[in-house]
Amino acid sequence: MIWGVIQFPGSCDERDALQACELLGEARMVWHEERDLGGVDAALVPGGFSYGDYLRAGAIARFSPAMEAVARLAASGAPVLGICNGFQVLCEAGLLPGALLRNEQLRFVHRQVELVDDRGERLSIPVKHGEGRFWAPEEMLDEIEANGQVAYRYAPGQNPNGSSRDIAGVRNEAGNVLGLMPHPEHAVDPLTGSTDGLHIFRRLLALANA
Amino acid sequence: MATRARVLIRPKEGILDPQGKAVERALPALGFEGIEHVRVGRMVELEAEDPERLAELCEKLLANPLIEDFEIVKL
Repeated sequence: MIWGVIQFPGSCDERDALQACELLGEARMVWHEERDLGGVDAALVPGGFSYGDYLRAGAIARFSPAMEAVARLAASGAPVLGICNGFQVLCEAGLLPGALLRNEQLRFVHRQVELVDDRGERLSIPVKHGEGRFWAPEEMLDEIEANGQVAYRYAPGQNPNGSSRDIAGVRNEAGNVLGLMPHPEHAVDPLTGSTDGLHIFRRLLALANA
Repeated sequence: MATRARVLIRPKEGILDPQGKAVERALPALGFEGIEHVRVGRMVELEAEDPERLAELCEKLLANPLIEDFEIVKL
């Protein structure tokens, strides 16, 4: 299994993402201008401030050549993971439903949060973002809940940004594309307090049959 | 001859706009009473050779139609 980690100008979590992927297989960095992901089996769109987050977070990154390749990979059923800014990029690209808005309290939040996955398991993962308030129209929220696309929620009372229905991460209908605001790539080594991030990677791989 | 245009982009009705709220809350302290429903959006000015394609450009890039409304004002 080879992961490609997409690096945009303004990405800042790509090195941690690369290291996390290396715990699960091989990994290589892919510059945003690459039209071809070089035969990778999975793609990770990392956190940061791609293209300065100009206009809207993720709005410009979605038009990069590498993202066109990521969209093709996603359509083929391969695992695609978007973290934080990467989640914003996947939503802007239409690969995931919804949008991410400025945090309700306008403050950048950075702290460890408890997540609950769709099987009821609790995970401890850090968040760090200023625009992480997941939003979608009510009917879209009903639909993604009914389809089992709500992959992660903030545990009761821990919603850090005002996200609709405490949603922290969503997947596409097929289950092979996942986006979330919390950072599983920062929670893969006991040194940083939690290794629960690996569960998130592994669950995506299981759902994508990779 | 290029057409000059101004694109106004605003958060959709019903979506919480914390920037607008923050501005609204700051006003009374400055002596501005009675200001309500403040919404903060974005304004983009541009010159287009083919103004027919402006709406498409707005839908694809300048605005996210899920969360924002836009209005094109030709100058």
